[in-house]
Amino acid sequence: MTETIKPPAPQGKRAAYEAALRKRSMRIAALSTLAVVAAIVILVPLAPGWEAVKRSFFNGGVFAKTFPGLLNAFLLDIAIFAWSLPLIALLGLAVAICRDIQRPALYPLRLFATIYTDVFRGLPVILVIYLIGFGIPGLGLPRPWNSPYIWGSLALILVYAAYVAEVIRSGIESIHKSQRSAALSLGLTTSDTMRFVILPQALRNVVPANMNLVVALQKDVALLSFVGPVEIFRQAGVYKSLYANFTPYVGAALIFLAITIPATRYADYLMHKRRRLEQ
Amino acid sequence: MKRVLTAVCAAFVATSASAGAECSVGKTLTDGVLTIATGNPAYYPWVMDDAPESKQGFEAAVAYAIANEMGFDDSAVTWVRTSFDEAIQPGSKNFDFNMQQYSITPEREEMVDFSLPYYSSPMAILSTKSIAEKVGDPAPDALKDLIWGAMAGTTGATMIDDVVGPTKSTLLYSDNADVTAAMQAGQIDAALFDLPTALYLSAVVVNDGALLGQFPADRSQNPDQFGALMEDGNPIKACVDEAIQALTDSGKLAELEAEWLEAATGVPVIK
Amino acid sequence: MTPLLRMTNVQKAFGDNHVLKGIDLDVAKGEMVCLIGASGSGKSTLLRTINLLEPIDDGEILLDGVDISEPGLDPQPVRKRIGLVFQSYNLFPHMSATDNVMLAPRRLKGLSKAELEAPVTTLFERFGLADRMGHYPDQLSGGQQQRVAIIRALAMQPEVLLFDEITSALDPELVAEVLDVLRAVRAEGITMIFATHEMGFARELADKVCFLDRGRILEAGTPDQLFDAPKEERTRQFLSQVL
Repeated sequence: MTETIKPPAPQGKRAAYEAALRKRSMRIAALSTLAVVAAIVILVPLAPGWEAVKRSFFNGGVFAKTFPGLLNAFLLDIAIFAWSLPLIALLGLAVAICRDIQRPALYPLRLFATIYTDVFRGLPVILVIYLIGFGIPGLGLPRPWNSPYIWGSLALILVYAAYVAEVIRSGIESIHKSQRSAALSLGLTTSDTMRFVILPQALRNVVPANMNLVVALQKDVALLSFVGPVEIFRQAGVYKSLYANFTPYVGAALIFLAITIPATRYADYLMHKRRRLEQ
Repeated sequence: MKRVLTAVCAAFVATSASAGAECSVGKTLTDGVLTIATGNPAYYPWVMDDAPESKQGFEAAVAYAIANEMGFDDSAVTWVRTSFDEAIQPGSKNFDFNMQQYSITPEREEMVDFSLPYYSSPMAILSTKSIAEKVGDPAPDALKDLIWGAMAGTTGATMIDDVVGPTKSTLLYSDNADVTAAMQAGQIDAALFDLPTALYLSAVVVNDGALLGQFPADRSQNPDQFGALMEDGNPIKACVDEAIQALTDSGKLAELEAEWLEAATGVPVIK
Repeated sequence: MTPLLRMTNVQKAFGDNHVLKGIDLDVAKGEMVCLIGASGSGKSTLLRTINLLEPIDDGEILLDGVDISEPGLDPQPVRKRIGLVFQSYNLFPHMSATDNVMLAPRRLKGLSKAELEAPVTTLFERFGLADRMGHYPDQLSGGQQQRVAIIRALAMQPEVLLFDEITSALDPELVAEVLDVLRAVRAEGITMIFATHEMGFARELADKVCFLDRGRILEAGTPDQLFDAPKEERTRQFLSQVL
């Protein structure tokens, strides 16, 4: 063993103590993670059904055959996501503003916005997709206006816009009254006050909360498959039936995670940054 | 010579119930009882009124014929219900065999065992009267331009791309009810089902339903054949196969098919 | 000569809390009026009613002889003529100092950034903030923020400026820089109404001092009259506590 001379810790004994503490908790975390992983790796294959589960959930051959098709189907998920998101943002914003209307003459608009958010936040997404995706085209709309892509997406948009509207409204309410007073006292109109003073601050405050909704939307896009479109979830189901094997679902899960984990991390990062700013 | 021998053997098997009974001794879930699974619920024309015990409906009748052939009295047959997916998952089963219009595929055979086929189904195109008028003669080119739908996970879903090759992407649904809802909403023009199902849907479910035509079973590379599903490696498979073979040879299966699925006539065959 | 601003029997209640119980006040053009009084005496509310941020329950507020307190009247044109500076600055935190100042003139007078550049820069220079124009509020000290808030109000060139205890939230060493600014504004002859705890300042600059007590103007007069020879017992008590 050789003696190494450590440079003195720049921040003194407190920093050294904290560094030691950090090292120790890292060690504990690493060891316990290792123990859990080892237990899974060793014990799970010992389970009597492991061979069968491995064959039907982690089948390399099936994975290789189905993965390209799954990726291809995922493009449809991305497309639905891409055209729904801006519309959700616009509608959510509009509804949030309606809910904040103070003028008595426009009270019906406010009432309507309130009912809208209550109804669509109160319904399971899949139910709305079924009702709108089959129901409205069933009224007898001509092609292409009865497309399940249109009405399925609209169902997603209606539900998510209700959530976004609530998030934005909470953002609007989080802006102190004095900001509104200051803007009005300068003679700005109520709409200018909203547009230039309240909304820019409110929207910035709710970016993290909205990011969480974006992550949820990425997953719920798969629900459109219930009214026909063959996106990744449905494609995985087709492969499952074809090969009598559940590996395609594992493949689909991996593709979803590849998108949603970075998005979730980013949302957390934004949330963290926001909290630090507020301190 | 060989043919004579086979015929003799078949005749022997067909007439000797005791031989079948010996085959299945100790191989059933419960001694002396044959446990057969069907869908939950089970549909016309496979099982009438969701009551397989009545022996009414094609699969119910075939199930009892197989059981008799294996040496079980009608009273020695019990029924259980399973979902379609449940039955193809790995693990032990709560039935001796399962009849639920399972198409026999090599991929499925890796997970479970199938009996010999008890039915070969042609595929038929379900549509509406207005589409049928528009299409007229169901030429392959006319079929290409339709919007197609099917129930996901059925052979019909994969066959659309193989046999029709539509220009617009096919829409898939979770069950038959959703397929017909989409057809009613005008979102799809045509859907592919096995002929008996298509007949039922066009007659009972879809308003102004019509069958555009049927593909002969040899049109697709693997014509849809229904087999009884069993747990992988179940020793009773040999007994079930023996019974089905006997029923096929004796013409009993064709008889039951004519009795329960005879409506499957009068639909134009697509060349 | 009619006063620029005349308040007659102004009443205001928040629920059971009767905050203004009949305010009568005349403010002549170019005059500077100081409102003094204990916290909760109604000073802030009085200023907010003039700016129409709080609708009054009864009475009249005349600006140039026109009743601006009429229910249903559009408050916006009135607010353009009457500026208000708040105790807590209320700068818009997402905008630079310059954008805070330019927002109202751009939206209400249709002026472009380029057109506003010169006059706004002049204002910042006059108040010693030329090097802070691009800063955001959280990069400025309290005193600097309050000076920007005053510039923001001045940029609309109002006829009347209201100040609501604008030095109360400041550390003592920052009060002086804000008061210096007010002296400069005073020198321009803008009509001002000023709610304050800074008695020395009121004495130095005010034309008229009003003592508010429980929602009424109990006593009003020149600084000398009010500070040196208060007539009311309650005024005397208040002054003895704060001086």
